[in-house]
Amino acid sequence: MRRPLGLAIYSLLALVFLLIPIGYTIVFSFNDSTRANTTWEGFTLRHWANVCATGNICDAVGNSILIGAVSTLIATVLGTALAIGLVRYSFRARASVNLLLFLPMATPEVVLGAGLAAFFFNIGFAAGMTTIIIAHVMFCLSFVVVTVKARVQTLDPVLEEAGRDLYANPRQVFWKITFPLLLPGIISAALLSFALSFDDFIITYFNSGPVNTFPKFIYVAAARGVPAEANVIASAVFMLAIVIVLVTQITGAFKRRKLSA
Amino acid sequence: MSLQDARGADLELVGIRKEFPGFTAVEELDLKIPAGQFFALLGPSGCGKTTTLRMIAGLDQPTRGQIFLGGKDITETKSHDRHINTVFQSYALFPHMTVLENVAFGLRQRKVAEPLKLAAEALNLVELEHLAARRPQQLSGGQQQRVALARALVNRPSLLLLDEPLGALDLKLRRQMQIELKAIQMEVGLTFLHVTHDQEEAMDMADVVAVMNKGRIEQMGAPEKLYDRPKTAFVAKFLGQSNLFIGDVVEQNAASVSINVSGHKLTVPRARAEKHEGTIAIGVRPEKATFHEDGQPAASSDLNIVGPGEIIDIRFTGVSNQYLIDIPNLGEVTVFAQNIGKSPVTELGAKVWVSWKVEHAFGLADLPANGAK
Repeated sequence: MRRPLGLAIYSLLALVFLLIPIGYTIVFSFNDSTRANTTWEGFTLRHWANVCATGNICDAVGNSILIGAVSTLIATVLGTALAIGLVRYSFRARASVNLLLFLPMATPEVVLGAGLAAFFFNIGFAAGMTTIIIAHVMFCLSFVVVTVKARVQTLDPVLEEAGRDLYANPRQVFWKITFPLLLPGIISAALLSFALSFDDFIITYFNSGPVNTFPKFIYVAAARGVPAEANVIASAVFMLAIVIVLVTQITGAFKRRKLSA
Repeated sequence: MSLQDARGADLELVGIRKEFPGFTAVEELDLKIPAGQFFALLGPSGCGKTTTLRMIAGLDQPTRGQIFLGGKDITETKSHDRHINTVFQSYALFPHMTVLENVAFGLRQRKVAEPLKLAAEALNLVELEHLAARRPQQLSGGQQQRVALARALVNRPSLLLLDEPLGALDLKLRRQMQIELKAIQMEVGLTFLHVTHDQEEAMDMADVVAVMNKGRIEQMGAPEKLYDRPKTAFVAKFLGQSNLFIGDVVEQNAASVSINVSGHKLTVPRARAEKHEGTIAIGVRPEKATFHEDGQPAASSDLNIVGPGEIIDIRFTGVSNQYLIDIPNLGEVTVFAQNIGKSPVTELGAKVWVSWKVEHAFGLADLPANGAK
């Protein structure tokens, strides 16, 4: 079938439109600028070689990674358990739990952030690392449950029964059968959770107190010109994400070919 | 230790009852399966046979009653502590493991030495050793079924449970697997409990068949015995086909019982009748009956004769024809006639008489629910 030329041009334009901000970010990470990184001053590797040069950008990134890792871990463990419970067991409050889990996704972030901040203030809990992690676990949890639940629904309970039948106690059944079969779903949920946490600005801004995160750093820096080091980190994160996607795609294709052979 | 050292154990169910919210799956079940026997639990879907199997496997807990394996009460024993293995209806092979790892799973759990060697041996038994490195989803249905069998057999369980494992296979493959399964059971000498709704499969493979209906065992015995002398209307109709006639007992003596069905006198040997007075049902298998095109056969004390009737349907089934004969005031009678000469033996609409030997008749303990067939 011949593809219409118009469609090709349209698709190309859409792609370019999507890639402009990313391309801009990457190109300007090589800009030989000192303060405001807005006009092209010439090519340099200076910012890539010395990322931490500007202010406390590396502390902010470190905080973001730490917050992302801890809240992902907590949200993934809790969310997986919740997902299994919600699919496998029927209990009185199941419908309400399902609804409550949906609320953080449906509520505007500003409302969530401000509400949490007011709550922490009221109970006299000082904003900092802990409050950020609590807030992030809260909104990541919903996404983890939704992602893992889809996977649990496709898992045939008879496989677990077969495990019990073959001398595996409940703990062994979980680790040898349930967990490996849910793992693809759990990994997707964890990646999504980390991305959401690393990226979050609004809720974090309300609940971070003195703690700086990468999105917060950029927001503050934007007032007097974002330093090129921020472009370096953004580009690195982008490339890391691309690598992860490529690796999963390639191993997936490899597995499929092995299976159909 | 090899597979051949395995010995099955007796299984005994005493007063088993299983209630689920809203219905009772198993009413009251007593059952004893001697070691080394191939036992079939036969019944329509929803009769409680799969629930029974799940209780024996430890996947469901009976509401009441006890389960003994080799004389030991295992009612409270957890599934993973019972030396019982199951071949599931859907096979339930672990998709994230190779065929060999699937088979070795139970051995690894029990920390048996050289699990992979024994697993390979078991795959050899089901002739799949060349597929050991594959994933289950790369195998055909018949191959998966054999892996599931190997995965259960390799543990040399005291009792092997088969939950309609052949149901998903096509007819030809199913026949072939039936033969293989029976051969393997004879070879390893394990106790097999096979749950199925396929009466041919049950009769073909099992030493003893128990026919289950509505949460109870209706009748239990060797397949030939069950077929020859069904005791209830359900068994008579579920296990093969039957012509059933209801009538009041008009004559009974030490040798026989006779009933009157709208003018026809039908006789059954006393020893083959469950009830000897009142209104009873008498039956005969369609292949035991013959029809006569050339007038009423001579009356004889060892022959039951009904007619005349009209052939209203002829069904060709290969080796035989199935004739449906409508006899006024008596109902429809089915007769199987082998296609030895020409086929069909006679034409639609022919006027015929039907007869069968008294010794082939059987008398039931109950009456068919919806009148004579």
